[in-house]
Amino acid sequence: MKGIEIYVAIAYVILGPIVGGLLDGLDRVITARLQGRVGPPLLQPFYDLRKLLTRRIAPVNSLQMPLIASHLVFAILTGVLFFYGSDILLIIFVLTLASVFLVLAAYSTGSPYSTIGAERELLLMTAYEPMIIIALVGLFGVAKSFDFYAILSSKMPAYLYLPGIYLGLVYVLEMKLRKSPFDLSTSHHAHQELVMGLTADMGGPALAMVELAHWYESVYLFALVLLFFSSSWVSAILGVGFTYLLIILLDNATARVKWELALSFAWIVALVAGAGNLIPFYLISRGSP
Amino acid sequence: MSSIERSPWLIHYDASSCNGCDIEVLACLTPVYDAERFGCIVTGDPKQADIFLVTGSVNHLNAPILKNIYDQMPEPKAVVAIGACAYSGGVFAECYNVAGGVATTIPVDVYVPGCAAKPESILDGVVRAAMILKEKEKAGRKARALARKEGRRSPKRRAGGAT
Ligand code: SF4
Repeated sequence: MKGIEIYVAIAYVILGPIVGGLLDGLDRVITARLQGRVGPPLLQPFYDLRKLLTRRIAPVNSLQMPLIASHLVFAILTGVLFFYGSDILLIIFVLTLASVFLVLAAYSTGSPYSTIGAERELLLMTAYEPMIIIALVGLFGVAKSFDFYAILSSKMPAYLYLPGIYLGLVYVLEMKLRKSPFDLSTSHHAHQELVMGLTADMGGPALAMVELAHWYESVYLFALVLLFFSSSWVSAILGVGFTYLLIILLDNATARVKWELALSFAWIVALVAGAGNLIPFYLISRGSP
Repeated sequence: MSSIERSPWLIHYDASSCNGCDIEVLACLTPVYDAERFGCIVTGDPKQADIFLVTGSVNHLNAPILKNIYDQMPEPKAVVAIGACAYSGGVFAECYNVAGGVATTIPVDVYVPGCAAKPESILDGVVRAAMILKEKEKAGRKARALARKEGRRSPKRRAGGAT
């Protein structure tokens, strides 16, 4: 069984950016259509990436590039461990480390905008982490395993058992994918109040690496969503597609919130939807062995 | 392998004057005019920008700021001066504090006419600037290749004449 997993992990490293970039491009096209405009070509994210890589700009200090490179490496590693079927606790640890490197890179520039962006990113991390842990514990409850392939092949319709956790996960995915209403730390949209926030003072190749890491992240995050719909091919495609569209719709339909609201609501959602789903589920599944 | 004309990222700065042109620049970014179909993203960070949109006349207070933003942008870069004020100072040219158009401080690549400039012509200016960027990138690549060749022939000259 370990044979296939290695190939999937290698395919993730090679194809991850292509899938992630296409998801990003499709997102921008759909967003444009929702606003009644033509929008950029589907391959626009790849044009942007290629341009950023050819831009010749000196990094602001000697620390920035190594920190951003570490962010990219750990983002890739998270996905590799995920698709290799490693222990989920290790994956959460690496996932957090990847974000911490990005925050450190932003702090290192000393720009007031990136400093506030970094602080907001830290707050968002504290906001989404509990819900991600609850989601994984919930999936363990359904499939009795922390392994990606074991959950996938258990063919349990997890969304039927864990609807609250699924909703909570969508809620925090908005943060992890830097979507409105939670695009506090950085945003592509014009007139972000923090200039570019987290990515201020990152030009050319540095920003290209951040983008690339973001594409890798979005692939394994949607693979996590896939686990909720793994009962059949049809439900997998419908479920992930629905989640993707829902996130874009929320992105377009909501305004950016203040960080206090983001943090407190994320914890309320984790508590009510997450734990409120998890505890009854465990009681019922204990009762009927 | 040029790609800069496919994703020209913008930064805009309103030097002074009546603000009318700056409002028209913002209108370009609304869904009605849809600058994103040319791959444009408006960034607030000069280090990520390729095209610099300047509106309004330059005065002695904001000239150093203009120069500072320009200097932070990576090469190749293009400057679009929007409106009569950015060309010559416009109706404010005679004011005691106005130095004149944008070209008094930084080199300009494209002038967009109008008072205020129309969003359509601003977009036209951006697309032209993207074309100029492509040419500049090509020229830069040629110059670098030449410098490398020269450097191989006489390493001393390269060290002395590096720009
Ligand atoms: S050109 Fe006209 S509209 Fe534009 S800033 Fe000057 S006075 Fe205002």
